[in-house]
Amino acid sequence: MVSGTQTQDRTPSTHPRTEEIPAAVVRFAGDSGDGMQMAGTQFTDTSAIIGNDVATLPDYPAEIRAPAGTVPGVSGFQINFASTDIHTPGDEVNALIAMNPAALKAHLADVQLGGIVVVNESEFDKVNLRKAGYPEGVNPLDDPELGRKYRLYKVPITRLNAESLADSGMSAKDIGRCKNMYALGLIYFLFDRPLDTTIQYLEDYFGKKKKMPEVAAANVKALKAGFYFGETAEIFPVRYHVARAPVAPGTYRKITGNDATAMGLIAAAKLSGKTLVYCTYPITPASDILHYLAGMRNFGVKTFQAEDEIAAICSAIGVSFAGQLGVTGTSGPGLALKTEAMGLAVITELPLIIIDVQRGGPSTGLPTKTEQSDLLQAVVGRNGDCPLVVLAAKSPSDCFDTAIEAVRIAFKYMVPVLILTDGYLANGAEPWRLPDPKSLPAIPVTHPTDPATYQPYKRDENYARPWAIPGTPGLEHRIGGLEKADGTGGVSYDPENHQKMTLLRLAKVNKVADDIPPAETYAGADAELLVVSWGGTYGSVRTAVERLHAEGKSVAGLHLRHMNPMPTNLGTLLKKYKKILVPELNTGQLRYILRSRYLVDARGLNKIQGKPFLVEDLVGGINLMLDGKWGEAESLNPTQHQIKAFK
Amino acid sequence: MATEVQVPVLSAKDFASDQDVRWCPGCGDYAILNQVRRVLAAAGATREKTVFVSGIGCSSRFPYYMSTYGFHSIHGRAPAIATGIKLANPDLNVWIVTGDGDGLSIGGNHLLHTLRRNVNVKILLFNNRIYGLTKGQYSPTSEEGKKTKSSPFGTIELPVTPLSIALAAEASFVARAVDVDKNLGDVLQAAAEHKGSAFVEIYQDCNIFNHLAYQYATDKAAKEDHILYLEHGKPLVFGKNRDKGIRFDGAHKPQVVELGKGIKEDDLIFHDEADENLAFLLSRLSYPQFPEPLGVFYRVRDDCYEDLLEGQIKSAVAARGQGGLAELFESSDNYKV
Repeated sequence: MVSGTQTQDRTPSTHPRTEEIPAAVVRFAGDSGDGMQMAGTQFTDTSAIIGNDVATLPDYPAEIRAPAGTVPGVSGFQINFASTDIHTPGDEVNALIAMNPAALKAHLADVQLGGIVVVNESEFDKVNLRKAGYPEGVNPLDDPELGRKYRLYKVPITRLNAESLADSGMSAKDIGRCKNMYALGLIYFLFDRPLDTTIQYLEDYFGKKKKMPEVAAANVKALKAGFYFGETAEIFPVRYHVARAPVAPGTYRKITGNDATAMGLIAAAKLSGKTLVYCTYPITPASDILHYLAGMRNFGVKTFQAEDEIAAICSAIGVSFAGQLGVTGTSGPGLALKTEAMGLAVITELPLIIIDVQRGGPSTGLPTKTEQSDLLQAVVGRNGDCPLVVLAAKSPSDCFDTAIEAVRIAFKYMVPVLILTDGYLANGAEPWRLPDPKSLPAIPVTHPTDPATYQPYKRDENYARPWAIPGTPGLEHRIGGLEKADGTGGVSYDPENHQKMTLLRLAKVNKVADDIPPAETYAGADAELLVVSWGGTYGSVRTAVERLHAEGKSVAGLHLRHMNPMPTNLGTLLKKYKKILVPELNTGQLRYILRSRYLVDARGLNKIQGKPFLVEDLVGGINLMLDGKWGEAESLNPTQHQIKAFK
Repeated sequence: MATEVQVPVLSAKDFASDQDVRWCPGCGDYAILNQVRRVLAAAGATREKTVFVSGIGCSSRFPYYMSTYGFHSIHGRAPAIATGIKLANPDLNVWIVTGDGDGLSIGGNHLLHTLRRNVNVKILLFNNRIYGLTKGQYSPTSEEGKKTKSSPFGTIELPVTPLSIALAAEASFVARAVDVDKNLGDVLQAAAEHKGSAFVEIYQDCNIFNHLAYQYATDKAAKEDHILYLEHGKPLVFGKNRDKGIRFDGAHKPQVVELGKGIKEDDLIFHDEADENLAFLLSRLSYPQFPEPLGVFYRVRDDCYEDLLEGQIKSAVAARGQGGLAELFESSDNYKV
């Protein structure tokens, strides 16, 4: 149900006419120094606060400042805002704001035909055109094709911004830095958004926090100037309005995956009565978890920026040994470095949380881009038979629940738990209804104190050993990386014991399956095709499956959050379907597991471009399979699936 | 409120675990183990609040032989594990046992950073200048040209000097001892009493793969001429007859001199544990050109990492109030629907 237009939310204006639309995808693109992330974030905040559902996709270069004006230096921020429930930042861009020629060049292909393209005409000079790689003498704005394909608005943003701030007393450089707010004001006008949220932010951030009230005033002025320009210059024949989404009443905030992970960890510490000690080494895209937690000292949170990835996990293991909540966070290359220590946590049977915010690999790979290619590393990538529990968050806000669930499992079973998120979830944002603190159940933890009954590797009904902590008289014991005798925990080289302990460690991880919900399908009940997704692709896969199901296609979806162990009913469910499609942002790591574990003929739709799936990618792949045109390929590449099987 | 409980005084043997000690007969580790147990008893330590953490190597078997809490971890990482233990519970007495391979090669990075953070842990580096557990390859402290299984033509790399590294890493306590020397106990006692990272290099004889590497420092007849016991505030005097010393020559370089013949003790260098430049100079003195100093090279008081961290929490709580779940969800970015 779409509620009516909330006139009190809107800045009144007389013309042009306003058209009601259910959703729009806007992308801000400019040089990485142009403040596009800030403009995009402000647009998101405003849209969330006026009640839209939102989903965002920041896209920024790996270099801090790639050469200005070049295509590699372009930074983008996409937001999908809607009056309905949405799960993705959107496929096609309805409105692109390109602050320079490079931004236009990098992003134009993603704009829908007939979509809006606002360009900062001031920057389309000879120098910038050359930097963007256009041939000498070619200006894309002169190409009549551009105006035919898109609704092109040429606005000299740099110049108009400078004129509006001419009497600000600021330097030309500082004035130039306000042009993102000018552009934002213009787009606020186009999409009928109020300015107050951003004005408040600018006054708080520049005025109060940075103590630069003149900068705050200039930015506010630029914002308003952009808005008024849209109003008075009448360049847009139509304005658009997206009504509020029908969301459940409550208190909301916009949340990114990394912030949700950090908040989940703090909540888990509070729920278990433990001190959270987050031990990590800075790495993109996981560092924001550290940034968030480092500011939370008054919540009793300790953060430790270790000298390297190995020290980070080892210190977290030390924290766990000493009886508190040890957590380490990283991304793919860092997870590789932590491998040996993860084995130590497995053999010492200590609780430990490891977070891997996946990015494009291998090696340094694509540090700022998303991928799902650490699944096998997470599930099996260690020396020896070394199983651990692996969970995968499905959305930015789900990172909160996943973090709490991971801690609950780690403490109950005395096992390390690895959480997989990814760059898309980590930096993407969505509205999150805050939970009622009283609704979150406590996480029970017990520590033995009785020397008469204590044995370091005596197990409970969950095969968990007792968590005896240093400082407890009479329970002094030694643990370590050498194989342990069951029960006593003494060093043991006995062959039978090693077999028993290896199987016990496996049984313990498998026992976690008793604690996780059964797998459930959505959309078509007796469908021909089951689409199995995991982790961060949930939103786009679910959107595609539900859309096709609504069109009458014989398709169902199943999403996995528990990667190891998997839900106990998964095998039975999979075997009910004639066809199985596993879309992944890797070459087929879940498909590999499903085929080997359940002997099913799963096929893969595998995108490895550092970008999330577009709904259209998935629709194409699903249709191909339903139409019987997929062929024999085990895996297809979504951008080429009509023509090219790569296996 | 806690009531005073009569704590039974423990003896050295109370710190022995029920495990048979399995180092090679004649290994220098035995002497060190005995001294550590004795010093813990003398310092009034308790088993439950003491934790020994080690990495991998012969010396790293140490925790199994102590009746305290223990963690025999992975190669080189003991300082990181120990740091985590202190972060979780600053009240524990944490000792790290490592070797020249574990501490200076695979785990060199952790050693540096633990020292500079001044985490309140005691680090005992057993330096036998050889890889023992892997059966006889050269180590980062093996002398240049040393022939071993992995260097049949002699090593072609310079050894590191552990104490110089510790000083460069801003350690607040740096000392050296010899496994069988009488001053080992004194050095361990001083380390136990130091608040902060205490780094102790212990010359240790591997009687299987590098026997008599430190004969010059242990031979009863000759050692007095090859080692120098440091005493704070005292001149650098050594020799069987205490007739030799070290002074600065005209170019401010250390120089061995004989006392008498116009040279008095007042002309010698006086040891000052708070002088980091002197400590570094002393760490560079090596046999046979100089006697090798033993004892405390450097000792200063400084804040410990884990205490500073606790302090930040206390002040943040004082300034902003104790955060709970409700406060976690409260934020200026919230909005109501």
